[in-house]
Amino acid sequence: MLKFASARWSKGLFLPLLGISFVVAAWALTSSTWAPALPSPARTWEVSKPYILAPFEKRGELDQGILRFTWYSLIRVAKGYLLAILFGTPLGLLLGVSKWFTRSFDPIIQILRPVSPLAWLPLGLVIFQKPEPAGIFTIAMCSMWPTVLNTALGVRSIPQDYLNVARVLQLSRRKTLFRVLLPAALPYMFTGFRLSLGIAWLVIVAAEMLTGAPGVGGFLWQEYNALIYEHIILCIITIGVVGFGLDRLMGLVERRFKTG
Amino acid sequence: MKPFVELSSVSKGFASASGRVSVLENVNLQVAEGEFVAIVGYSGSGKTTLVSLLAGLLRPDTGSVNVAGKPVLGPGPDRGVVFQNYSLLPWLTVFENIHLAVEQVFSRDTDAAKRARTERYIQLVNLSHAKDRKPGQLSGGMRQRVSVARALAMDPKVLLLDEPLGALDALTRATLQTEISRIWQADRKTVVMITNDVDEAILLADRIIPLSAGPSATLGPAVSVEIERPRDRKALNHHPDFKHVRSRVIEYLLGSAAQRRATRSRESVPITLAKALEGT
Repeated sequence: MLKFASARWSKGLFLPLLGISFVVAAWALTSSTWAPALPSPARTWEVSKPYILAPFEKRGELDQGILRFTWYSLIRVAKGYLLAILFGTPLGLLLGVSKWFTRSFDPIIQILRPVSPLAWLPLGLVIFQKPEPAGIFTIAMCSMWPTVLNTALGVRSIPQDYLNVARVLQLSRRKTLFRVLLPAALPYMFTGFRLSLGIAWLVIVAAEMLTGAPGVGGFLWQEYNALIYEHIILCIITIGVVGFGLDRLMGLVERRFKTG
Repeated sequence: MKPFVELSSVSKGFASASGRVSVLENVNLQVAEGEFVAIVGYSGSGKTTLVSLLAGLLRPDTGSVNVAGKPVLGPGPDRGVVFQNYSLLPWLTVFENIHLAVEQVFSRDTDAAKRARTERYIQLVNLSHAKDRKPGQLSGGMRQRVSVARALAMDPKVLLLDEPLGALDALTRATLQTEISRIWQADRKTVVMITNDVDEAILLADRIIPLSAGPSATLGPAVSVEIERPRDRKALNHHPDFKHVRSRVIEYLLGSAAQRRATRSRESVPITLAKALEGT
């Protein structure tokens, strides 16, 4: 029993902790040797403490607890991500179903896909004239593609057998879509949704940096300008942990909807 | 009497990298109403193509396909298909898979009548205990029974069985053969079954038609199975007709394969010659 528990301990927690300690040690070493401007781990903790220990406090527009900022960012990401799914899923379905549509739109999608958020944001500002919708537009534009491509792939990979069943039963288009195409493509679609969410969260920093909106990304940029470098690290860690959490959450949802 | 299912001079080929490959050539088939016909052939000889033509999933290049006096222009629920790989929708339960078909074909019935119909066919294949399970939780034999129940529940004019038992182990196969035989004797549907097992064909069919080795496969002469029903698997082996039917079907199949090899080697001679000349 004891042996079993210790084996679990070493596998489950010990090795990850070892990895983290290694990185923290490298960070401490770097800040104490050749990059003195980089705050040390201890100093980062010291300076960040009020933001972590009172995570929801609001002291001013740009001086709020870290979870409060995270919440603002999450809301912004949720809006952009929802738009991405709302537009991306039907687009992917059309690409998967129609060869004609694929030939017409696949090239332009391949061209728009690698465009960086830093490029979309100014365009969003031009179109919407306001930072908030511009940020959401940027998140949607960048995070849409995995949903589009995976949905299309999912529809294309539906076994001919399932489509034959639909044809023999003479299912209507509507029924074929909801009873056969969508359920069969669902696992692929969820992979797309998961990747899209990852990108949406990745883009948040860029979107908030340039628009100066309150959120983790905005806070990060503002603290850089205010020369409080400790908070940059606090923001990086927060963004990482939240992103990891979101991915795990989507993984659970994905497993829940696995068919087959 | 007019045949119920009829293929006349049907040919079907597919485009490939090296041009058109002819799969079926000049296929003629006539099945009477209520008859159980088995088509026996090698794997890869175009058996599934034949079923797809009857089902309307494929259109013939030349010739015509008629069922119940009407030309087949596309797939439809009047021809129930039991596919080789079951083709159940994995996200639906046994009940839902069958009910999807029932809802579609008997759309005018009341909900209660539709449900009762679905239940009845689940009962028919002895799967009432598993009706809320998904296909992934069923064995191969059980899945195939669901597939049979789905096809029968549509009350098709013709039942098309595409190697229905091909993927099953010998024991399950025997059980299901008995079950198909029982179900068929109960309502005498017109059945066209594709199989690669001559014994299975003798056990179930009224007539056996061999399909020659492909490419350009065609149907050989039909052999009637005059053995009285219900047929008993054990007694069958000693029946005088059994050996006779078996050897006629197998002889035709072996003969067609030998002929195929002979033609192929004749064709290859000039190519070999040309290569030899190139070398010098």
